[in-house]
Amino acid sequence: MTPDEIAGSLSDGMTVGIGGWGSRRKPMALVRAVCRSPVRDLTVVSYGGPDVGLLCALGKVRRVVAPFVTLDTVPLEPAFRAARQNGEIAFTEYDEGMFLFGLLAAAHRLPFLPTPVGRGSDVLRVNPELRTVRSPYPSPGGEPEDLVAVPALHLDAALVHVNRADRRGNGQYLGPDPYMDDLFAKAAERTYLSCERLVDAFDGPPQSLLINRATVSGVAETPGGAHFTSCEPDGPRDEAFQRRYAEAVRDPQLWEGFRARFVDVDEPAYQREVTR
Amino acid sequence: MTATRAEVCVTACADAWRGDGEVLAAAMGVCSVLGARLARLTFEPDLLTTDGGPLLSREALPWGAEAGPGGVEGWLPFRDHLWLVLHGRRHVMMGASQLDRHGRSNISAVGDREQPRSQLLGVRGAPGNTLCNPTSYWIPKHSRRVFVEEVDMVSGVGAEDAYDLRRVVTDLAVLDLGGPDRTVRLLSVHPGVAEEEVHERTGFDLAVPEGGVGVTREPSAEELRVLREVLDPDGVREKEVPA
Repeated sequence: MTPDEIAGSLSDGMTVGIGGWGSRRKPMALVRAVCRSPVRDLTVVSYGGPDVGLLCALGKVRRVVAPFVTLDTVPLEPAFRAARQNGEIAFTEYDEGMFLFGLLAAAHRLPFLPTPVGRGSDVLRVNPELRTVRSPYPSPGGEPEDLVAVPALHLDAALVHVNRADRRGNGQYLGPDPYMDDLFAKAAERTYLSCERLVDAFDGPPQSLLINRATVSGVAETPGGAHFTSCEPDGPRDEAFQRRYAEAVRDPQLWEGFRARFVDVDEPAYQREVTR
Repeated sequence: MTATRAEVCVTACADAWRGDGEVLAAAMGVCSVLGARLARLTFEPDLLTTDGGPLLSREALPWGAEAGPGGVEGWLPFRDHLWLVLHGRRHVMMGASQLDRHGRSNISAVGDREQPRSQLLGVRGAPGNTLCNPTSYWIPKHSRRVFVEEVDMVSGVGAEDAYDLRRVVTDLAVLDLGGPDRTVRLLSVHPGVAEEEVHERTGFDLAVPEGGVGVTREPSAEELRVLREVLDPDGVREKEVPA
């Protein structure tokens, strides 16, 4: 599939999970395609980075579900920040581990998973839909424990970028961290994979085969498709371009030029422009 | 050999992990990361430290260095890091945009929930860290903006709910949660800092120990050597805490 075909298969109001972590191995080519498409009112579920920011900047987002949104080397994501400070989007904010349990629950078709995390913090205050559950077993101290029941994070679709994939939808990561990409794939009704390179056969240890075709609905070959986030070992984060993005978001005039050159163009044009 | 303020901060951070044994020393911020690695290279050799990413390094690494061939003793991708948070063999030193008298921290947002005045990171791992792990804080710039009467959003839980809030190191002082009703207490001021300045730059009344406020210890000659020659020869610490 092409990135535009993948974006075209999404519909308004969907809950879309996005793999990667912060500004690391994000499916940015697919995100850019979603930005160009007419889809809107998305609920975006993500360990958030510029994927969330860009979708917010283009007005695609109704709600963000995330433990954080960051560009890693630029601590605060400026487009997400602006959308929040302008009151444009809602924010369901979970602890990183709670968020993991939400994906795990959905991947295993469980309604929730229990965790002590959240107690004593304002996560429960700002997410009044969260419920607690009492353990049926006594704790070592005697009293049964009250735990936060993290609801399953069901996804209508997931977008994930990997280093290698085959045409049938098997995906391989070659970097130091799988992030939670396999869980996004398992938690979603449909998963779309983009990859640096399509291959006929995989090199490397079987542990690097992170995602299997049974969970994948479509594959796109997008060289540089994580740009400007990191995609080790195929490429590091483009720090200079990331700073340029962050500056453009903060300045309406710069943003107009940035958008015309890097957002409102197809993927081959984007890749040409960023290497100019 | 006279230590700079940044070097005093690094050893004060290192002292947070004193006696911890074989746990992951997780750190955020330059002086905090250097402190964890300094502790491992001197008085706390069993600590686990990372390359700043998912690799557990065989030796404590210099700032910005990679583990290199043969230099890795373990793998800790984010999913295992989150497992470790619940498991508990971890002492984390976090940053905070706000910290209140009860030790509650905020890295999430300032102002109204629906339309914050300043959207920050989000809670990240702070709720789990503070509930399940020993937690300390590193605050590179001690100010009334950080030390507030009450945080806008409780990201890290207060001393009442926390597993164990150990200490708060700033560019001015070392504090803990030993005040009345587990409130923030001023343990020591760094050499050259007036106690009055710490009170002035704190947005609530700071408890003080009965025996009086001490002076933070200076790094030993060996600690200074390791820090200057091995861990941070480029002096990155001096940019985080200018002299």
